[in-house]
Amino acid sequence: MIRIELPAHLRNLGRIDGELLLHVPSPVTQRTIVDAIEAQYPMLRGTIRDHVTKERRPFIRFFACEEDFSHEALDSPVPDEVASGKEPFLIVGAIAGGR
Amino acid sequence: MRAFRNAIWLSRSVPLRHAKLAAKQQPSPPNEASRQGISGISRGGAYTDCVWSQLRRLGLGLPFGRDPIRTRSPYHDFPATLINTGHFYLALTLWLMIERTIMANQQSGVRVLVGTRKGAFILTSDAKRENWDISGPHFAGFEIYHMKGSPVDPNRLYASQCSGWFGQLIQRSDDGGKTWEPVDNKFVYDGIPGTHQFFDGKPHPWEFKRVWHLEPSLTDVDTVYAGVEDAALFRSTDGGKSWHELAGLRGHGSGPNWTPGAGGLGLHTILLDPVNQGRMFIAISAAGAFRSDDTGETWRPINKGLHSLHIPDPVAEVGHCVHRIAMHPSRPNVLFMQKHWDVMRSDNAGESWHEISGNLPTDFGFVIDVHAHEPETIYVVPIKSDSEHFPPDGKLRVYRSRTGGNDWDALTNGLPQSDCYVNVLRDAMAVDSMESCGVYFGTTGGQVYASANAGDTWAAIVRDLPAVLSVEVQTLS
Repeated sequence: MIRIELPAHLRNLGRIDGELLLHVPSPVTQRTIVDAIEAQYPMLRGTIRDHVTKERRPFIRFFACEEDFSHEALDSPVPDEVASGKEPFLIVGAIAGGR
Repeated sequence: MRAFRNAIWLSRSVPLRHAKLAAKQQPSPPNEASRQGISGISRGGAYTDCVWSQLRRLGLGLPFGRDPIRTRSPYHDFPATLINTGHFYLALTLWLMIERTIMANQQSGVRVLVGTRKGAFILTSDAKRENWDISGPHFAGFEIYHMKGSPVDPNRLYASQCSGWFGQLIQRSDDGGKTWEPVDNKFVYDGIPGTHQFFDGKPHPWEFKRVWHLEPSLTDVDTVYAGVEDAALFRSTDGGKSWHELAGLRGHGSGPNWTPGAGGLGLHTILLDPVNQGRMFIAISAAGAFRSDDTGETWRPINKGLHSLHIPDPVAEVGHCVHRIAMHPSRPNVLFMQKHWDVMRSDNAGESWHEISGNLPTDFGFVIDVHAHEPETIYVVPIKSDSEHFPPDGKLRVYRSRTGGNDWDALTNGLPQSDCYVNVLRDAMAVDSMESCGVYFGTTGGQVYASANAGDTWAAIVRDLPAVLSVEVQTLS
């Protein structure tokens, strides 16, 4: 199981309490993680990435193991610690995007 | 009951003839008739005096302790048809009993839907509109560009929720805003989107950014229209579960020349014609107004008569920064427009426009609306200029015209008359259809003002909300 932490607004939207645990098939990538989130929580479609292009929204960041993976290729494997469930995959609202 | 009410509404022209005929024998005070507007549809004046004079001639007083004729409802013409029957008093008494029952049963209160920069608020009150219950923030932290209820089922509400982080969401409630469910938020332009003109004059790809306005159908609870930025019109026929562009609007030819206004290339106004089936109007900043006569399949610009100095050709077919259009449902061919500068009017469903700014202190502004029962009574909130988005002289004044424009009176009672520098955005004014028409508007300072007497006096329902983006009102039964 993959551990995923979502921003509070998305947890509210998905009525998710705490950390999200999802089964994600190998190889685990940013794309497959978001695919799994959207399959389980369809109301979150379009909030993390664009509906059509599947690109990460500009003010969303992907962190794991104290590193920023936001600019990594969508199909690159995430760190083993994330794939094994040892470390969470963090989806974060950037320090921008509000007013 | 709805069919009955509509039948009375549509039959108003017949009793008006009776009233006008009788009025020749019982002239009214000179100022009263002229105050009722130029259309003759507003009741009162000569017609009212005619009915009263007949009552007095019969030596009859008020059967229910109030002036039944001076009230504003679709039913008031009906007694006039009975004047000629010989059973006037009996019929009038019965009618007033029915009417009073209808009015009392139909109007239990109002629900004001307020969209702000940081969430939605729902303000409810009984028919007196003095004490308010405030719920919210709903969707705290999100911009709520617009909320609106279905005319078919007032418990069906739609809300446009968006943020810079998470993009666009559409929320739907089926219980009047107590609970909400997110519905589909996928707004994809039909086919290859193409380009519009950007601020620098260069072609720019059409990109969906947000939903500015939601307009539920007048007849089908599951049909709702969405006006979006970059400007396009979408429709859902399944209660928001899926959205499809009405691509004829962008595709009619002038789309590549549309340019964003300062707030973006937003489609902000959607008016559905309740009389002419399939007719609808939209407005875009800064492209102008458009009309469809086939339920949104094809469109044409309706900007003849507009004059805008911010475009190379001031009378161009498109390019005008229309801020808002309003209509009275009983006269959908009469449109009122607050343009970037200029307050305008059309008497032919947008075929041509003429200016009605008259004695306004400035004709820049965003909102415009029409009294619920007096189609010639309109409201604007003048804003100083396009670079100074606040009221002139720091005085927040609603201006009301009872003559369909040109002659405007400042309404100030209860509004701040010094040091007020808020703005009132284009979707932030609405009217209820209570017996005494209520008028509401919200400011960028977070105040929501209400008048339960058509603008004569005002009071703040709430003062410290986030900046108000939109105000809609539902008259509840």
